[in-house]
Amino acid sequence: MSNIILEMNNITKEFPGVKALDRVNFKVEKGEIHALVGENGAGKSTLMKVLSGVHPYGTYDGDIVFEGETCRFEEINQSEAKGIVIIHQELALIPELSVAENVFLGNERAKKGIINWGETTAETEKLIKKVGMRVNSTELIQNIGVGQQQLVEIAKALSKRVKLLILDEPTAALNEAESENLLRLLLEFKKEGLTSILISHKLKEVLKVSDHVTVLRDGQTIETLVNDDTLKEDRIISSMVGRSLANLFPERHATIGDIQLEVKDWTVEHAHLPGKKIANNVNFHVKKGEVLGIAGLMGAGRTELMMSIFGQSYGKVKSGQILKNNHVIDVSTVDKAIKQGLSYVSEDRKEYGLILDDTIKKNVTLANLTTLAKGMTIDEGKEVNVVEDYRNKLKIKAPSIEQNVVNLSGGNQQKVVLGKWMFTNPDILILDEPTRGIDVGAKNEIYKIMNTLAEEGKSIIVISSELPELLGTCDRIYTLNNGHITGDFMVDEADQEKLMTYMTADGSGKK
Amino acid sequence: MNNFKQLITNNIRKFGMIVALVGIVVIFQILTQGILLTPLNITNIIMQNSYVIILAIGMVLVIITGEIDLSVGSVAAFVGAIAGTLMITWELPVIPSIIISLLVGAVIGAWQGFWVAYVKVPAFIVTLAGMLLFRGLTMVVLNGRTLAPFPSNFRIMSSEFMPDLLNGGSYNMMAIIIGIFAIIVYVYSEFRARKIKAAFNQTELSYSLFLTKVILISVLIGLFTERLAVYAGIPYILMILVALIAGYTFFMSKTIPGRHVYAVGGNEKAARLSGVKSQKIKFWIYVNMGVLAALAGLVFSGRLNAATPQAGNLFELDAIAATVIGGASLTGGVGTAIGALIGALIMGVLNNGMSLLGVGIDWQQAIKGLVLLGAVAFDIINKKRNG
Repeated sequence: MSNIILEMNNITKEFPGVKALDRVNFKVEKGEIHALVGENGAGKSTLMKVLSGVHPYGTYDGDIVFEGETCRFEEINQSEAKGIVIIHQELALIPELSVAENVFLGNERAKKGIINWGETTAETEKLIKKVGMRVNSTELIQNIGVGQQQLVEIAKALSKRVKLLILDEPTAALNEAESENLLRLLLEFKKEGLTSILISHKLKEVLKVSDHVTVLRDGQTIETLVNDDTLKEDRIISSMVGRSLANLFPERHATIGDIQLEVKDWTVEHAHLPGKKIANNVNFHVKKGEVLGIAGLMGAGRTELMMSIFGQSYGKVKSGQILKNNHVIDVSTVDKAIKQGLSYVSEDRKEYGLILDDTIKKNVTLANLTTLAKGMTIDEGKEVNVVEDYRNKLKIKAPSIEQNVVNLSGGNQQKVVLGKWMFTNPDILILDEPTRGIDVGAKNEIYKIMNTLAEEGKSIIVISSELPELLGTCDRIYTLNNGHITGDFMVDEADQEKLMTYMTADGSGKK
Repeated sequence: MNNFKQLITNNIRKFGMIVALVGIVVIFQILTQGILLTPLNITNIIMQNSYVIILAIGMVLVIITGEIDLSVGSVAAFVGAIAGTLMITWELPVIPSIIISLLVGAVIGAWQGFWVAYVKVPAFIVTLAGMLLFRGLTMVVLNGRTLAPFPSNFRIMSSEFMPDLLNGGSYNMMAIIIGIFAIIVYVYSEFRARKIKAAFNQTELSYSLFLTKVILISVLIGLFTERLAVYAGIPYILMILVALIAGYTFFMSKTIPGRHVYAVGGNEKAARLSGVKSQKIKFWIYVNMGVLAALAGLVFSGRLNAATPQAGNLFELDAIAATVIGGASLTGGVGTAIGALIGALIMGVLNNGMSLLGVGIDWQQAIKGLVLLGAVAFDIINKKRNG
């Protein structure tokens, strides 16, 4: 094993309240394509950020050896200077600049600070040809498609004399032909001796191009598999999801009633790309007292679907109806949705859930101030009572309800958001990744709260990337892919492999 | 003592402002050999800064929602010109003229609010355009000339004092009585608030600290009214300012729309997903700013006893500086009416004190610039240190 190009040993990285990486070991051979797989939140992206210096040396434990040399990157420039280039899932291109300007951004061909446009253009043209693009080097990024943009990123990487190319979900936004092209390109580069790390959810692609597959789970390295002809998708999936559920999930005794909410023929267009449907003729329902799971990979349209139902807060609704207790209801604004008994706890509590610089008190009561007011004036005594009550019920750990939520841990922040929506007294509570980034103890408490609410006859809809969580908490699970519902399972007939299969099904209903 | 330390660190911004104001007052009191706090000069400071304080109250709301308004100086001038035309050229009675002027302010606010909230043109651009537009219109309305003088009863609001109905000789008894009344109201409201908080174990201060604070502020109110009573009594404009500060403080902290203003500025996306109508909030904030800019314009032209094309020049910057010095954050979500008042007073005392010392307008500008930068830098450095 003398031809190891990269060795990451015992990498541990902690964020406040969570251990994102726990003694991870990762080895890449020179000239191979090494796939890195794992569920959302398994630690893949964090590991790559440690490698590229986004998380600088000193913020993690363990060491990185690249080409036999121990590296301590403090910023991205230093890792790039060694030839490690990462292409993130969200492309880092400037839409208003041309292809050539983007390719050499931060790495300009210049003499004494004056850009040599001749050289820039000539080299860009060369790179464009190499990556198989069909656009002019003067074309603006905003005028070319996502597939072509991905290639610009690769051209940019090549211009930096890359030795190790890291691609984070490069084909997530690409169509099949574009994906094919990209993978072919990777194989060509491999022949020229370039080493690549490919992060992907699409296991078919992984099996097609990679030499080794390393599986991460819960921030730990599970195993590294050799991709010979015998390696099958199922084998990787079971490695990705297999974990003991222990006593994380409280026991559930469901009493399920009639249908409470029904969504019919729901079609929604993307917020910025007219014509792209992020929910396509979706039909589903949830019953009283039921905990319903929505399973899907990142980008499947789970969040977008639920946000479009909650007051059309995402995209443009093209068609469809929403019925509550068999009556069509108007939920065209958030205000109306709340009045109709809907609540939505966002997956991104900092961005969409909380006013970080405000107190626990003000956050909890924000969505339902009218019940605390006489006329327009807020009854502060009543407000304090209500919030104290939720603080006790939800076990929010804070010295006072006047504490700003920015100072709370993730789990306690999540409880504040939950409290806010419980206070609106919803009949249907939608929870989007309710346990993301919070510790096990807090997870367990949140599951218990979900059970209690369901027992009160409320309908709970849970979106989660963690399949064990869905299997452990839900009564019924829908799978979603590409804006389509692809499956509907009672929990006792579902397992992780089955769900994963339907989550990656092509959306027309067949596998 | 721990209690006290905790209190200081939690409220460093609030205390910082007050300490800065007190510090500046003390320094100028010494440097001017006691002229700063003479009855006449105190009255002057209030009157000279009344319109900036009015603008700062409106501006703090705009800034809390995360927006800005650069047009308030021009709007004030424009409304002054309208008022001049109504009262001087057309000889309309005072009260209807004031009402029409305030309505003009509301319409201007609605115009700008429409572009900012519904069309989503950046507020900087909308109000920069407004700054040019209304300055231009002021000159159109005035034909480039100055209109003067206003009817004398129009000037009551901006320049007159409440009459001493009790005739207390060298002391204005009316002022003293109002001062005592103010102290009683203040003490009562503090005790009531504490009682409510105590019912939920929410008291921040120990009882002795609380008492110290109440006594200190009461003494300040007392001394302040004593000073005013020695001179000419309480100016009407002071009553207007007190009413505005009290009203807006109540609105911002105790009402539903007030809460929504902070929520929109703190995190607009989260606020919207909580059912807050953020566009409507922003629209009305601009309407409110328009009305207050109109009021400031009326007060200013009343004091000047003329409507001039150059009125209100750079008022917007004074108002923005006052709110920012007073603790409002340009990123939104943070700020208070009291803070805006203190910020405006800091600027006002600096102006006044330097004028008394004979510092030229050139150096005054430069020093005010540094104070603004220093105040915000202090805040940012302090925030970083606290994590």
